[in-house]
Amino acid sequence: MASDRIDTNRTARRRVVVTGMGIASPLGIGLENVWRRLLASESGIGRITAFDASDLPGQVAGEVPEGPTAEGKLTLGEWVPHKDQKKMDRFIHLGMVAATEAVRDSGWEPKTEQDREDTGVMIGSGIGGLQSIYEASITVNEGKARRLSPFFIPSALINLISGHVSITFGFKGPNHSAVTACATGVHAIGDAARLIMLGDAEVMVAGGAEAAVCALGIAGFCASRALSTSFNETPEKASRPWDRDRDGFVMGEGAGVVVLEEYEHAKARGAKIYAEVVGYGLSGDAHHITAPAEGHAGAFRAMKKAFANAGLTPADVQYVNAHGTSTMADDLELDAVERLFGDHARGLAMSSTKSATGHLLGAAGAIEAIFSILAIRDGVAPPTLNLDNPSRESVIDRVAHEAQRRSIRTALSNSFGFGGTNASLIVTGV
Amino acid sequence: MSEIADRVKKIVVEHLGVEESKVTPEASFIDDLGADSLDTVELVMAFEEAFGVEIPEDAAEKISTVKDAIDYIEKQKAA
Repeated sequence: MASDRIDTNRTARRRVVVTGMGIASPLGIGLENVWRRLLASESGIGRITAFDASDLPGQVAGEVPEGPTAEGKLTLGEWVPHKDQKKMDRFIHLGMVAATEAVRDSGWEPKTEQDREDTGVMIGSGIGGLQSIYEASITVNEGKARRLSPFFIPSALINLISGHVSITFGFKGPNHSAVTACATGVHAIGDAARLIMLGDAEVMVAGGAEAAVCALGIAGFCASRALSTSFNETPEKASRPWDRDRDGFVMGEGAGVVVLEEYEHAKARGAKIYAEVVGYGLSGDAHHITAPAEGHAGAFRAMKKAFANAGLTPADVQYVNAHGTSTMADDLELDAVERLFGDHARGLAMSSTKSATGHLLGAAGAIEAIFSILAIRDGVAPPTLNLDNPSRESVIDRVAHEAQRRSIRTALSNSFGFGGTNASLIVTGV
Repeated sequence: MSEIADRVKKIVVEHLGVEESKVTPEASFIDDLGADSLDTVELVMAFEEAFGVEIPEDAAEKISTVKDAIDYIEKQKAA
């Protein structure tokens, strides 16, 4: 078994902690603002405003609200200089917002060349600059290929968030990017943590960003029959994980970024430590491009590997942030968690925050890792909105409608992506 | 100042996000106005669009200051 080949003894390896976090989401921007709204059972879902969606079956999404920073809304000019905005697709804009907040929050400012070389970036995206590609295609189709912006390619490339963050902050360590559809955010954080464990970096800025609420993105997911279509008149009801009336996911846009840091490095500079990344597990379904394997066996194995990697058992976990996209697969994930947790499933809290934010695709795993960490910090499980009538009962408490005060020491966050890719992350209080 | 010079200046201010006062005739796009090589490609495209002229690659390479751009466009428009 693969886990026998690595040292799973946490005390024998370099420990990795989270020292900064940043979010841009349909619930707004700013870590505390988004968390407060999430705990207050507010929804970030509305009718699509980015384009006219009236001829599509799905017309709702979670868009990052524009407005004054003081109100927890996005004023892009305060994050990305006006002249640089046109060099980036919106997914990079949102990634820059979350990365800037996370870096500021961490207080990490490299002072020496060595510091800079020890600091890397791994921020991914599921799709990248879809709207930019769409617009450029139109330009070429109109016979104006010579009029393409010289910034088209660098505005659309997924790894360019990592590039821009490194240029903005002078981080000269590993510069990398994960691209695994809806598992991107967890893979980015997990892989970046491993780079620190293996000594490639002392600090990694890691996460995911997505901005696919555009005509091509919504039409594409509508074509693959993945989106909710029955709640166009009541958008805030559309994302309803585990509920019997769920009919597809709701797309959200945004970004989540964390600053990961080697434990002694963080301690030496007196950094605020949110949590430790203790476990990370990955698997592939080898089954189907969009449907999960029987019994969500891939999810089961990813979670199992994360526990082995952490040297923990399900008895140690009090909260699970589910992938729970508001599709038929929700119950398969529930099956897998119940099987894995066995007797410990009773009393476990598991919620899907996608009920409030929508599904942020490549950013989902990152914002949900952040929510899991805040759940530990504040001792509260965020709610699953719209879970009025579960399609099946479970001994697991899915935190319907309202947040719950709970003692949470360790949390697990799941993300699964098209292609049959699965990743689980375990974080614990320090 | 000619109408062309005025419009060139406006385009430079808009695309490079610089103060209007810095856009002097002698100002170099790269050395003085913070442009990189991709910015200059985009600037030339903006000039082509705004003035309905074609600026071939070899001519574009020689346009490095605000005055270079104004001179080139004025010559094209006069021809």
